[in-house]
Amino acid sequence: MVEGPLAQFEITTLIPITIGGHDVSFTNSSLFMALAVLGVMFFMVAGMRKGSLVPGRWQLCVEVCYEFVANMLHDAAGRDARKYFPFIFTLFMFILFANLLGLVPFVGFAFTSHIIVTFAMAIFVFVGVTLIGLAKHGFKFFNLFIPKGAPKALLPLLVVIEIVSYLTRPISLSVRLFANMVAGHTMLEVFGGFVVALGVFGVAPFAFIVVLISLELLVAVLQAYVFAILTCLYLNDALNLH
Amino acid sequence: MSMEKSSLEDLSARVKKARKNMVPEDRPALNDTQAYGMAMRLVAELLSGLFVGFVIGWFLDKWLGTKPWLLITFIFLGLCAGIFNVMRAAKQIEAAAARKRRQKTEGNEG
Repeated sequence: MVEGPLAQFEITTLIPITIGGHDVSFTNSSLFMALAVLGVMFFMVAGMRKGSLVPGRWQLCVEVCYEFVANMLHDAAGRDARKYFPFIFTLFMFILFANLLGLVPFVGFAFTSHIIVTFAMAIFVFVGVTLIGLAKHGFKFFNLFIPKGAPKALLPLLVVIEIVSYLTRPISLSVRLFANMVAGHTMLEVFGGFVVALGVFGVAPFAFIVVLISLELLVAVLQAYVFAILTCLYLNDALNLH
Repeated sequence: MSMEKSSLEDLSARVKKARKNMVPEDRPALNDTQAYGMAMRLVAELLSGLFVGFVIGWFLDKWLGTKPWLLITFIFLGLCAGIFNVMRAAKQIEAAAARKRRQKTEGNEG
């Protein structure tokens, strides 16, 4: 317990690999990404193995996830967005499993607590959505930056503000997930330190941790949901130009 | 005559009852988790606006050699964008909540 509360976020190299002078080592972060992918695949494939008409418990879980994301996409972005369902679903399940794997005691590593990971996902969404919008609407896409019913005199200013506001999307998307995960895990670690330091009186922070863990489980699901629904909303903007 | 009256009274009683059911439910208070999620979302919107404004201003200043004017301008523009985003996010959250309430009442009737 000499380590600080931030030591849990440290990247450690497991298998050193160098390609063309670049360090592309297999790290604990990569390991957990692979675990998340395998976990999702196992969850989905094994759950649907029987594919029975009357689902069992596991199959029901899989179906609930599917329907949840399908409804979310339909409500947020309409019927045109249907074909982007695989992407949104993958994104949601990946982040969900990443967050939950990070909460596994002793071994868990939440790679979503690294801004570069969440930012990479967010910029991918941002660029992808922009390209989809451009492909669908051509130059009309830039109408997105012209607010409706604005006075003519203010228009140049408002357009600049709209563009800045558009550019904030990947930042707010990535920072939200990252900050939530870092805050939660740091808090757990700090209170864990209290438990050890206080001896018998450590019961109080321990009780708090029990509550905190349940909150963290909720945050893990909630943030995966928020990331996915915001992607849907951005997709909606690009497809329907509100 | 009296029968007519009683049926009228019956009707008015039924209308009253139906009206009572029509009164929209009070909006349920947010629980702590929802409030927390909302706060995180709104704060992220506001701060990222400011941050993006800062970055754009910084780089434009560096590029055009106009230190510090574009930085100042874009910080304000970023703040405006952040506030716009917060307004938009609040609207979306409200719209989603309204939709949920509507679905709930429809579900009750159906």
